[in-house]
Amino acid sequence: MEFVWFIFLPALAALFIPTLFKRVTGIHTGWFVLIIPIVLFAYYSTYLPLTASGEHAISSFDWIPSLGISFVSYLDGLSLLFTLLITGIGALVVLYSIFYLDRHKEKLGNFYVYLLLFMTAMLGVVQSDNIISLYLFWELTSISSFLLIGYWYTRDGSRFGALKSMMITVGGGLMMLGGFVILGILGDTYSIRELISGLSNYSGDPLFTLAAVLLLFGAFTKSAQFPFYIWLPDAMEAPTPVSAYLHSATMVKAGLYLVARFTPIFAESSVWIWLVSGIGLLTLMWGSFFAVKQTDLKGILAFSTVSQLGLIMSLLGAGAIAYHSDDTLFRFAMFAAIFHLVNHAVFKGSLFMIAGIVDHETGTRDIRKLGGLMSVMPISFTVAFIGGLSMAGIPPFGGFLSKELFLDSMVALKHFELFNFDTWGILFPVIAWIASVFTFVYSFYFVFKTFTGEKKFDKLPLKPHEAPIGMLISPIILAISVIALFFIPNVVGKWIVAPAVMAAQPQLYSLPSEAAVHVQAWHGFEYIPMWLTVGVIAIGALLFTSIKKWQPVYGLQPEKLSLNALYDGVMTFSEKGMNKLSRFYMNGLIRTYLLYMFAFFSVMTIVVLFAKGAFKLDMSSLSPITLFAVMNAIVAILGTGMVIMSKNRISAIIALGAVGYSVALFFVLFKAPDLALTQLVIETISVALFLLAFRHLPALKTHGETKQNKLVNGIIAIGVGLSVTLVALSAHSNKLVASISQYYKDTVHTEAGGGNIVNVILVDYRGFDTLFEIAVLSIAGIAVLGMIRLRLSRKGSDDEKE
Amino acid sequence: MKKNNVILQTTAKVTFFIIFLFSIHIFFAGHFAPGGGFVGGLLTTGAIVLLLLAFDLETVKATLPFNFTVVIGVGLLLSLGTAAGSILFNVPFFTHAFAHFELPLFGDTELHTAMIFDSGVYLVVVGAAITIIQSIGGDE
Repeated sequence: MEFVWFIFLPALAALFIPTLFKRVTGIHTGWFVLIIPIVLFAYYSTYLPLTASGEHAISSFDWIPSLGISFVSYLDGLSLLFTLLITGIGALVVLYSIFYLDRHKEKLGNFYVYLLLFMTAMLGVVQSDNIISLYLFWELTSISSFLLIGYWYTRDGSRFGALKSMMITVGGGLMMLGGFVILGILGDTYSIRELISGLSNYSGDPLFTLAAVLLLFGAFTKSAQFPFYIWLPDAMEAPTPVSAYLHSATMVKAGLYLVARFTPIFAESSVWIWLVSGIGLLTLMWGSFFAVKQTDLKGILAFSTVSQLGLIMSLLGAGAIAYHSDDTLFRFAMFAAIFHLVNHAVFKGSLFMIAGIVDHETGTRDIRKLGGLMSVMPISFTVAFIGGLSMAGIPPFGGFLSKELFLDSMVALKHFELFNFDTWGILFPVIAWIASVFTFVYSFYFVFKTFTGEKKFDKLPLKPHEAPIGMLISPIILAISVIALFFIPNVVGKWIVAPAVMAAQPQLYSLPSEAAVHVQAWHGFEYIPMWLTVGVIAIGALLFTSIKKWQPVYGLQPEKLSLNALYDGVMTFSEKGMNKLSRFYMNGLIRTYLLYMFAFFSVMTIVVLFAKGAFKLDMSSLSPITLFAVMNAIVAILGTGMVIMSKNRISAIIALGAVGYSVALFFVLFKAPDLALTQLVIETISVALFLLAFRHLPALKTHGETKQNKLVNGIIAIGVGLSVTLVALSAHSNKLVASISQYYKDTVHTEAGGGNIVNVILVDYRGFDTLFEIAVLSIAGIAVLGMIRLRLSRKGSDDEKE
Repeated sequence: MKKNNVILQTTAKVTFFIIFLFSIHIFFAGHFAPGGGFVGGLLTTGAIVLLLLAFDLETVKATLPFNFTVVIGVGLLLSLGTAAGSILFNVPFFTHAFAHFELPLFGDTELHTAMIFDSGVYLVVVGAAITIIQSIGGDE
């Protein structure tokens, strides 16, 4: 069996969820959903030995072969690592959600459908080798994230957050598509592996850097890098299982995945290295500094996620430097990035779940109201303690190891001699160190403000107590993993991290064992990062104890000068601006719109006709004018005149019918029986329709039209008539290409099995046109029915507020 | 509508069937002679409109108790199904097939998948037109 289909397994399962939710009311729907990630996790785990030996597995399915677009499941170390994160954390999150979301009150059908859709999308992102299908899955993650953030859609905050995340991530995604298209043109393939192997053919192209920058827009918006991070704090309106899953463990890491995946291609670009490492570092600093400002538990975690993503991003940037130097100093960075990515997914997942538990059991997430929960929630406290200390980078937890590797890589940067790093490189370890201090502070702030200190239980909406055991299972599993990561880092390194590093730097290593870094907690007293860590703990502890004294500093920043205010400003400005622009030319009268269209049509036609010298009059092959045709034309002209002159609708309608019939007679005259027949029937029916609807129409009156208006209308009417006549004459006189009629005559009997060419054109030669025409006709019919029969009230049903 | 127009009502009853039969004829003639699903459908609509003019909306609804919005859907499905059906035979979308058969009464007859497509067109035209007429005419 082709394992590419496993990507679609969650989406297929999603089809059954609404039915299960409605029919099986006795069991929480989550239990059915739980099967999917567990099965997938178990299945994908079997690929671990394969990737650990540096091999990869591939399975593909053609989607649009003529355009080179296919679904490919490409499993190497990097994609397998992400796949296992998605399915593994996914299983824990689903388990947690079973206890978090009440099966009687919540719309579980919606929730799990979105979640499973997300799972498919995310698996697709990390396994696709084809960049076009990667883009498709990428936007699908944005859409499912939008739906999940807006899950409680009756809340204003949820809708606002959902829209904001969608605007920013989809915008970035579109930029990324631009980058992909450029890459596809330069490399003449959509396959990432072929792009890497053919790199030398196109890397010198001036568009190469543009592709890199566009791609980074996608990665930075998705992974919440500065200045695009503003959507992530607002995304915290989503149910906590979603925040733990999408907005810390998986989706926001898609940008990191993208950067890691494209490092082999773009590593030689100095713009790429500077942007990735620089923006990463800035985000790290910015996020950790502002995390301490937050008062919402999930807000703190959101900013800390932003900051940690920045950390990994800067490491990925530093990892690209390894391409420019043989020094082993720079080889730690990529390993540190992947290792920290694993650590972060584990400890941040547990912390989010604890934030959810606190919210669930006390009724608030406001850290100012919380305190002293340790005595009533000992298990939650222990988990939060482990996760928090791992985040702060303190032994004996996994975060400590990757934090030291990080500091080590940053210190190494000042030894890099290309791209001005020898002058500016010193900034990297300095900023990294300051950011680490703040990371320490916000980790302690999160854990100890909530669980220790003064007990204020009477101010809480609910009486706090320990969460049910089912809710605690997932965070406990994650907390155990946090400790395990500290004690067996080299096992994890060998099986998971090193293969992923090799996949991200395939030109540098031929075996995963070459990429592996021996991780150890103790390096001796000579080791600079150790002293940096000691400094972080000392200064961090000092800052944390004096937090009350310096926290008011954050109040100094005026709201108007924040990035959020900028986003709001742009949104309201574009909304109002667009509204004004539309109102400027749309006055609600169809006659005005017709004027625009006709004026544009005739001006454009006449200008193009003469500018291109297309006008030509060839009288030689015209039919002779018969007396009958002249009489018919007189009838048509008289009818048209009557339509314009008539003072009441009935005579106008009848005159219009007369014009129509005379046109039908022209068809008869020129031997087009099909057209004549159709024209006659249509005229009959439309006159009858007019008569039926007649009594609904208001009396014929001028809508305050002046002589001037009439003059303009007259000119435009004459212009339309003139342009159509000129086009008809020129079209007849210019024979640029051979007529297709001969082809029809030749094939109508043999290939189409018909005799009447006009009708065979309708149903066979140009059947597509007919298919879409009847679709349009159906839509029109149903629209008329909808507008008249249903009589929707002007305001529409107010579904948004309950 | 007027209810005492005896002459119109009596002739309409007869004319309706003539037009209707003619529309069926035109529909089937379509592939070899002027006609086809579109004109056929319009003619059928015309016949129904004649009934509407002679009688009133309620009477016509009682005589032809179809839900014309469903007719639109059936027509669209038929056309799309014919077009899409070719995929099952591993030929490009919208490939028609035809063959000659000896049928009782008709003799040698050509059967063509285009006819199924055209009947979809016919149904959509009738359904959409009558839906529009009924909703506009029935609106108070």
